Amino acid sequence: MTEQSIFSVISPIMVGPSSSHTAGAVRLGLMARNIYKDSFSKVKFVLHNSFATTGFGHGTDKGLLAGLLGYMVDDPIIKNIFNLIKDVEYSYEYVQDISRFPNSVDIIIDDKMKISGDSVGAGEIRINRIDGFDVNINGNYDTILMIYKDKPGMISTVSDIIQKYKINIATLHCGRSSKGGTASMCIELDIPAGEELTDKIRHLKDVFFVTNVRKLK
Amino acid sequence: MAILSFQDLLEHTKKENKSIYKIAQEEEAALAETDVDVIRLKVTENLIAMREAIKNGLTSTEKSVSNWCGDDCVKLPEKYKRKHALFGQIFEKITTYALATAEENLRMGRIVACPTAGSCGIVPAVIVAVSEEEKIPESKQIDGLLTAGIVGLIISAKVRLAGAVAGCQAECGVASAMAAAALTEMLGGTPGEVIQAVSLALKNILGLTCDPVCGLVEVPCIKRNAFLAVHAVTAAELALCGVESKIPADEVVDTLKITGQLMSPLLKETSQGGLAKTKTALELEKKLGIKG
Repeated sequence: MTEQSIFSVISPIMVGPSSSHTAGAVRLGLMARNIYKDSFSKVKFVLHNSFATTGFGHGTDKGLLAGLLGYMVDDPIIKNIFNLIKDVEYSYEYVQDISRFPNSVDIIIDDKMKISGDSVGAGEIRINRIDGFDVNINGNYDTILMIYKDKPGMISTVSDIIQKYKINIATLHCGRSSKGGTASMCIELDIPAGEELTDKIRHLKDVFFVTNVRKLK
Repeated sequence: MAILSFQDLLEHTKKENKSIYKIAQEEEAALAETDVDVIRLKVTENLIAMREAIKNGLTSTEKSVSNWCGDDCVKLPEKYKRKHALFGQIFEKITTYALATAEENLRMGRIVACPTAGSCGIVPAVIVAVSEEEKIPESKQIDGLLTAGIVGLIISAKVRLAGAVAGCQAECGVASAMAAAALTEMLGGTPGEVIQAVSLALKNILGLTCDPVCGLVEVPCIKRNAFLAVHAVTAAELALCGVESKIPADEVVDTLKITGQLMSPLLKETSQGGLAKTKTALELEKKLGIKG
């Protein structure tokens, strides 16, 4: 829900005690799940700053894990998640780093993918780094995430493909490692892109990786 | 939403000859591209979740993770059974329900953030307690919650509703203004009176700091929910009597924002000042093994 909705001040229905440290943590986990998509057997959470110091009393550790396993912010299971998980190996690390946002986390799944995000208040979140690439995903829109070789014309080629499917682009966020290096693009859409559309982008020359990231409910 | 100030809101109500909740539900329906009925249904779901949180909180004595809090709510009905509260049964229910919800929150129960989780007990306590005692029908309660919603939204357009931004003014303080607005609406107040209730409630929480002990949403947050729920009733009652704030609501919100900016960061959800740095708080911190 956008900030303009009255439901931004009379919801979410959630398990307590903190919208930023509990609901935000669950949503960060859910978002990582939407990005990683595959099943997994191992996860490590690196909690930074306020997440590290007060996370235990706010159930931040439980929330992150529960979200990653697909439980919603109001699921009473969150409280007892540690007793219910058998086949996933999980660990936590606590770090103070003033260069990072006060409530921030790195989620490392199966030693394969590192997803970093912040809980920015009132349950709102943003994913800002995936495997070293700057991204900008807040879970309020369905998003196409792509990694590609930085070169002229990529943005217009991709937006042409999206336009052919009559989908409106809400926002566009690009970043790159260096000129001609590796670049990332996050395209927020008003309606979700189908697999056919993402396949078309996937088959473009110099596109390394594309995925549809579903928005959070 | 086009309405960004209380002045705007009041003008809309006059121009269209509508109550505040009607404008709220129409704006919300337009935003979500749906019908007003769908919006009211969603508000009802929130109301039901609020009642459930109260019900669950009333009977539980389960402690929080820190083991300090969670067993206060049950003390109230025990005492009130022996001897009624000076202010009568509505006061009894409001204080009990506010504690019930806030305690349910700290033990990781299911609550409705309103506007935040730390302030989740205030709006439900006022709406549910008064509705039970005054036999206010569900549709009027929905009107009340919609009114609270648009009030919170207008404030949040100017101030981020987070203790880290403007102290507890922006959490329990705003919740209290939202509850005051809901109550004024439910008791038949005019749009002007609803907005007066908001001004009166907010003016009297200016400067409220956020200094939670050990950074947890427990001390002083839980009990503050009961205090500010009662505060909301005072604001609504004065507004319904025709008492007007000399400073208009929009200017009070501006003041809240500026006061938040003037407030030391030590008193804005960092647990580096205030109650969080008292001798007892530091001892608790040591016991819990928290490093600041």
